[in-house]
Formats: sequence, structure tokens, C-alpha cells
Amino acid sequence: MLCACHAVVLNPSGDVAQQQRDLLVYSTVLMLIVIVPVMVMTVLFAWRYRQSNRAARYEPEWDHSIHLELVIWAAPLLIIIGLGGLTWVGTHLLDPYRSLSRIKPGESMEYAARPLQVDVVALDWKWLFIYPEYGIATVNELAAPLDRPIEFRITASSVMNSLFIPALAGQIYAMPGMETQLHAVANTAGDYPGFSANYSGAGFSGMRFMFRALVDRDFEQWLARMRAGGGLLGRSDYLRLEQPSENEPVHSFAAVDPNLYRAILNRCVAAGKTCANDMMMIDQ
Amino acid sequence: MTTDSLMKMAFGRLTLDAFPIHEPILVATFAGVALGGAIVLGVISYFRLWGYLWREWFTTIDHKRIGIMYMILGLVMLLRGFADALMMRLQQAVAFGGAEGFLPAHHYDQIFTAHGVIMIFFMAMPFITGLMNFVVPLQIGARDVSFPFLNNFSFWMTAMGAALVMVSLFVGEFARTGWLAYPPLSGIAYSPDVGVDYYIWALQIAGVGTLLSGVNLIATIVKLRAPGMTMMKLPIFTWTALCTNVLIVAAFPILTVTLALLSLDRYVGTNFFTNDLGGNPMMYVNLIWIWGHPEVYILILPIFGVFSEVTATFSGKRLFGYTSMVYATVVITILSYLVWLHHFFTMGSGASVNSFFGITTMIISIPTGAKMFNWLFTLYRGRIRFELPMMWTLAFMLTFVIGGMTGVLLAVPPADFVLHNSLFLVAHFHNVIIGGVVFGVFAGISYWFPKAFGFRLDPFWGKMSFWFWVAGFYLAFMPLYVLGLMGVTRRLRHFEDPTLQVWFVIAAVGAALILLGIVSFLIQIYVSIRRREALRDRTGDPWGGRTLEWSTASPPPEYNFAFTPVVHDNDAWWDMKHRGFRRPVAGFNAIHMPRNTGAGFILAALSAIFGFAMIWHIWWLAALGFVAVLAVAIAHTFNYQRDFQIPANDVERTEAGRTRLLAAQA
Repeated sequence: MLCACHAVVLNPSGDVAQQQRDLLVYSTVLMLIVIVPVMVMTVLFAWRYRQSNRAARYEPEWDHSIHLELVIWAAPLLIIIGLGGLTWVGTHLLDPYRSLSRIKPGESMEYAARPLQVDVVALDWKWLFIYPEYGIATVNELAAPLDRPIEFRITASSVMNSLFIPALAGQIYAMPGMETQLHAVANTAGDYPGFSANYSGAGFSGMRFMFRALVDRDFEQWLARMRAGGGLLGRSDYLRLEQPSENEPVHSFAAVDPNLYRAILNRCVAAGKTCANDMMMIDQ
Repeated sequence: MTTDSLMKMAFGRLTLDAFPIHEPILVATFAGVALGGAIVLGVISYFRLWGYLWREWFTTIDHKRIGIMYMILGLVMLLRGFADALMMRLQQAVAFGGAEGFLPAHHYDQIFTAHGVIMIFFMAMPFITGLMNFVVPLQIGARDVSFPFLNNFSFWMTAMGAALVMVSLFVGEFARTGWLAYPPLSGIAYSPDVGVDYYIWALQIAGVGTLLSGVNLIATIVKLRAPGMTMMKLPIFTWTALCTNVLIVAAFPILTVTLALLSLDRYVGTNFFTNDLGGNPMMYVNLIWIWGHPEVYILILPIFGVFSEVTATFSGKRLFGYTSMVYATVVITILSYLVWLHHFFTMGSGASVNSFFGITTMIISIPTGAKMFNWLFTLYRGRIRFELPMMWTLAFMLTFVIGGMTGVLLAVPPADFVLHNSLFLVAHFHNVIIGGVVFGVFAGISYWFPKAFGFRLDPFWGKMSFWFWVAGFYLAFMPLYVLGLMGVTRRLRHFEDPTLQVWFVIAAVGAALILLGIVSFLIQIYVSIRRREALRDRTGDPWGGRTLEWSTASPPPEYNFAFTPVVHDNDAWWDMKHRGFRRPVAGFNAIHMPRNTGAGFILAALSAIFGFAMIWHIWWLAALGFVAVLAVAIAHTFNYQRDFQIPANDVERTEAGRTRLLAAQA
């Protein structure tokens, strides 16, 4: 392929995305077992039994063969049994809600660092990343140390988006008032594009960010830089940030209201709004 | 009362600002449409065709003419939807880095929404409904559908839905939500303008038509089969039509209810799908796909039927594995209700739920694979004539398997996590909809055109159209597969990465080739009309057909069959020819037929006025329109002059004409 170097889905750098790629390749190969013969036979039969070829046998009444019918139904069935098994196992192993079981091939979780938690909020039309452990937040830039598991908790402010960093792991929707999760790990240093994969309105095209997979020392420096550059993200600051804007440049907050994410998730950042979780308690 | 509130009462939200006079693309389009429209209307008036059109076409209850009108509607909407496609391809081919392209988000987002809505609801649906309407009664030896008036009404409801979408081009705007209008984006909070309301009312009005035509065709197939035609002797196209209409009747009410709930959210402030107060947008996504997935099979099943008829006819051979074909169709019909969640694996369902829906989706590929093999073994030991319908069929077989394979890939949840909403997905569904439905529609048109009009389509321009379409399809959509694997998502208006551009340029060239394919098709129709004497079919059976529609004249008389045929075989006409069938030439009886009525057109037009008033909040007009619909519907029930007799003499004269024609052939 001309540009396979860019085909990030086929050549990702995160272990989760690599396993997803493997499943993609296995499934394709499995299906080609039946697709290729069908395509070849189509061309072959069409040519061999063309009207002008009087040498070919012509049996206008032949319309049934129990053996052939068996093959016709059994061949796809067998493929699908194989593929179904692969799907069942793969889907459970690669469930985005499931904690990672390895850092990379051959490296178990035994010596892995404590997971890095990132709370993600999809806004109109930018991404907010909150790092509860470090008390900082960034807009439109995400960074993580290499080989450290990342646990994303994801929500949105207004409409549906989808958090997708193809080099790192598959996507998951970001939805207002709801939380989704994603577990991933970066294994090769580099800058990888991330974006929203679900159309969310006028500024959707510019809803991109850079995911930076950094060695530990660089990550520390990145944290320091983010701290140095930013002010405070309290509730009123969030309400300003939440207003629609397009192609928002990267910026950061040195300190974040520790309850902000829960308030966003429960849709009660603005003063006087009852949080959805409290409302549910009352309803009970 | 101030002028302001008076204007608001009279016109609702409709103000002069609603007319997009500041958008040059729309003004130019409007000028073009107005000019074209004026020419068409002028020609009709000049040749004094209004009375003819009204009496013979608009008010017709003849299933054949209604079928033809559906096909014309589909063709017109194909042109509109394709114009949208061209603009998208052009925008995406140029909008890189500093270049913003020529479409602002406000316009671009309407275009991709309209493209999807039009191509599914107003191109593909009219085309398949048109084919079914025209062919099914002829294939089962019936004189018309079960409810001829309802058929006319259904058509006009579909047409009026399409008309509302067209109106949104020049009055107000269309939705900017994507073709399924997911809330919360489509809710009143994030889409306060009229776009989503146009979407809702266009689909609701057209949906009534689709549902009723589904009921109609089921009743027709169940009740009006010729004697001897048991279910397992039903022509395969009719079988697929039956399954499709069962799907329509079971699925479309879900769409109606879903859109009604969305309307309640938008009009009266309920919270079914809002973010707050207990609303849940995911409910909408589930509901719309419980309709949406069967919809895909509604489109493709009858097309499978077309390919089955074409393959058997042009291979000069019985369809291989008729029984397994029927069971495959029925299995697909049932399974199509068990897979809807695969459209949103990425919405956070658990692994077991995702696996379940992934595996049910893959299971559908088993009966579909069986069908593919059945066509393959129909070719085997046949004597294949590469006429145009057969060429489309072979192109379908080679193209559809690729789309099927990528579809199964997308059904593997972990693979879907990296491909969902990407251009890979866009390539996949165009691969099955163009490579399946559109190729099939062209196969069907070139196959049944001589039956409908009495002359064949010109093969040269047909082949031009075929090659442009096929080459254009591959050039336009294979790059999209590649882009999907490069992690490019759909519905983007602008790109940062300049290395992607070459792929989008290739795709745009592909779209240009498809344009040539469409133009060639239009030329084909024009040339065929000019050369109709040379292309004339006097036998009624130009292809050596196998099913009953080929036993009557081309075009068929309004009563279809002078005598109801008796069926002994599932290739009834093939069987009749082989047993030395002699066409009866005497002993004709008067034929009881339904009478034309304008009620369907009037009801649908009033519904469109009601919809328009609802969209613009012109409440008095909405109330008036609604009452008028009820009044006309009730008044129509008092119309007792619904039928007439074609006298035996007239039938005899018509049939004698055919006898002479056939004798001249011999």
C-alpha cells in the first residue's frame, strides 16, 4: 500500500490498539478464505459459461444438489463459528472498561506503575483533560508517561462526542450526564493525534488534540510546564470554558476544583442546580 | 395588537430572513431550479398536458403507473442527493491546512445530513418501492394491488415528504445533525432552528406512505396470487418483496414513534431524549437503530430478488437452490431485528452485550453467503448472455462480497472501536448500498424497462453508464477505506494533515466518473426514446423470461392479464412456454377495475401543508391543514363511484391487437 506508513490503525503504538489491529487482521484473513474463492469462481463461471462458448455444458433444468447446498451453508457457518469465538474472547479481553492485564506483550502488570487517572470532558468544541493526581487540567493536549496504564473517565458537557486516539486505543463515546471508561497504555514515545470521532456540530472539524507519549522525565517537565502556564479552573471558570468555541489553542490550568468533574458529570456546575445523583437519591 | 405579533401569528417563525439570499450557491441553485422548473411547466402548458397528467398519472390507481412515478421520484432525488455528494467530495478535496474550502460549516453540515436522508428515504426507498409496485402484481398474475387507492395515496405521501426536503433548500434550512439526528444535538437546546423540524415532518409524512404501501403489498402477495401459485412457487423477487414489506410494517412504526417523541421534546418541552430531568439520548439511539437496521435489509432484500431473477433469466437456467434462497431471505428478515446494537458498540455497553450483537451480525452473513453461492451455481452450466442487467449483476457479485467482508469486520467489536464512524465505515456502507442497492436498481430498470414502456433501453449508453459507475465507485470509495485505516473520521469539513489530500482527490475523481455514469444514464433514456421503434419489444418477452410478467404484452394492458393465468411451476412462464402454452384469443369477459381518484394527491398535499405549518409554527395553518386532511379523508369514504367495467369488446380489441402483433413476429 502506497501510504501504509500513515495507516495508524494498522500500525499503532499502544498495546491495546495493537491487539485490536491483530483482531482486525485475523478476521480479514479468516473471511478471505471464502471471499477469494467466490470472487474467482464468479469470474471463472461467467467466462466459461458465456453464451458463445458452445463447448461448455448447458443444463437448464439443473437447480438442486444436496451436496452443494450443504457446502454452501456449511462453509460460511464454519467461518462464522471461528470468527464468533474470536469475537467473544477478543471483545471480553479488549473491553474498554476492563483494567489492563499487561503493559505490552510479555510484560505483565506485576511491576507496572500505579495507573494514571485522566478525567476527560468533551466540550463544544474542545477537549478538557483533568489530572486528579496532579491537580492540573489541560485543554486540547493530553500527555502520559510510557508504559504506565491510563484510566480514562469520560463525559461531555452538551452533546455526544467520541474520544479517539487511534495510535493508543479504540474509541469510546463521551456523553453528557453519563460516564464511560477507557483503559490504555502508550508503549512508544511520540506525538499522536486525537480527536472527536462523533459529529457534534459546527466546530467538530477543529476538535482535535495531541496525545503525547513521554518518557518519565519528559512527563515531569510537561507537568511543570502546564502548571507554570495556567491559572485556576473553578466552577465559574468552567462555565466560561464551556461556552462554544472553535479551534481552541492548547492551554492549561495549574489548579482544579477537586469536585469539578463530579459536578460536570452530574450536570450541576452552575450554582443552584441539583446534581443528578442527588436527584436520584431523592427520587428513591 | 402590534404588527410584529400579527406577523408572528400569521407566519409563525417564517420571516424574510428564512430565504437564503445571501448564500451564492443556494441562489444559483434556486435560479437553476426555477429556470428548469419554468421550462418544464412551460412545456407541459404549451402542449396542454396538464389534463392528461392529472387524469392519467397523478390520479392513477394503476400499480404500473404508480411504480413508474416512484422510479421518476427516485431518479429526481438521486440527482439532488448526488449534487450534495459532489459538493462534499469537492470540499474534502480542497479544505486542507490554511484552505477552508468553499463550504462554511453551516452549509456543509446540512449537505451531509441531506445527502444521507435523501439517498436512503427518497432515492433508495422510492426505487425499491417502485420496482415492487410495478413488478409484484405482474409476477403473481394479479390485475392490481389489493388497495389501489391506498397505493396512489402512499406514493403522494412519499413524494410530499421529498418535496418538503426540497423546500428546505430555499426556505429556511435543513438539519445539521447527521442523517439520524441523534439527540441531544437534534434537541431544541442545540438545534433551535427549523432544520430538524423539516427532517421530522418530511420523514413522518413519507413514513405514512411507506408503511401503507407495505401493508398494501403484503395483502397483495398473500391474497392476490394466481391459482396454483403456492408460497413455494412464488417468484423469488416476490418472496423478497414480501419479506421486505413485512420488515417495513414491523419497523416503520418504530421510526414514527421515535420521531414523535423527539417532536414532543422539541415542541412541548418533554424530556425523553434531553440531557436533564431524566431524559436519555441513548434511548433514541437504540430506538432509531431498531428501525434503522431492518431498514438496511428493506433496501437490499428486494434487490437480492432482482439479481436472482436476472441471473436465472440471462443464464437461461432455473435459479439454483430456490428453497434455500427462500429460507435465506426469511432468516435474514428475522435476524435483522437482532443486530441493531452493532451501530453503537462504542457507547459503552458491556463486553457480553457487544459480543452478542457482534455475533448475531456475523450470523447474517451465513444466509447472505448462501445466496451468493446460489447465484454462483446458477451461472454454473448456464448459457450466459451479457446483456446490461447481467453486467450489473456480475459487478454486484464482485463488489458486494467486499462490502460484506468489511461489514463483518465492523461487527467485531474491538475492530469496530478503531473503525467506528471512520471513513472505513463510510466506504463500507456505500460499498453495499451502491454496489448492492444502486447496481440492483439499474439492473432492475434495464431488465423491466421494456415491460413498462414497450421498448428496450439503448445498450451502448447503458454500457457507458455501467462502466463509469463501476469505475467511479471503486475510485471514489476504495480511497475511503484507506483513509479509514489512517484514522480519518467521517463528517469532517477541514483537515490538518496534507498527506491525506491525495486520497480525497482520487475520491473526487471517482465521484466525477459517477457523474458521467449518471449523465450517460440520462442520455440512455433520451436516446432510447428517440430510437424506440428500433428497440421496440413486440413479443412481450424480450429476454426469454421465466416469470408471469413476460407472458403479457409490453407495455401490459391496464388490466394486466385478460385471463388470470394458472400456475404449475415456480418459473411459471418458462413452464408455460415449454408445455406449448397457447394464448387464448376468444371468450373474453368484461373486467372489473378500480377508478382513478384525486383524493390521494389532495390528502398528501394537505399533509405537506400541515407539515410546513408545523415546521414554521404557523399554528392556524397547521390546524386548518389537519382538519382539512380529516375532512377530505371522511368525504372520500362517501365516494361510491370507485370502480368500472372494461367491456368485453374492449378487452377483445386490445387482445386482438396483440394477436396481430405476435403473428407479424412469427
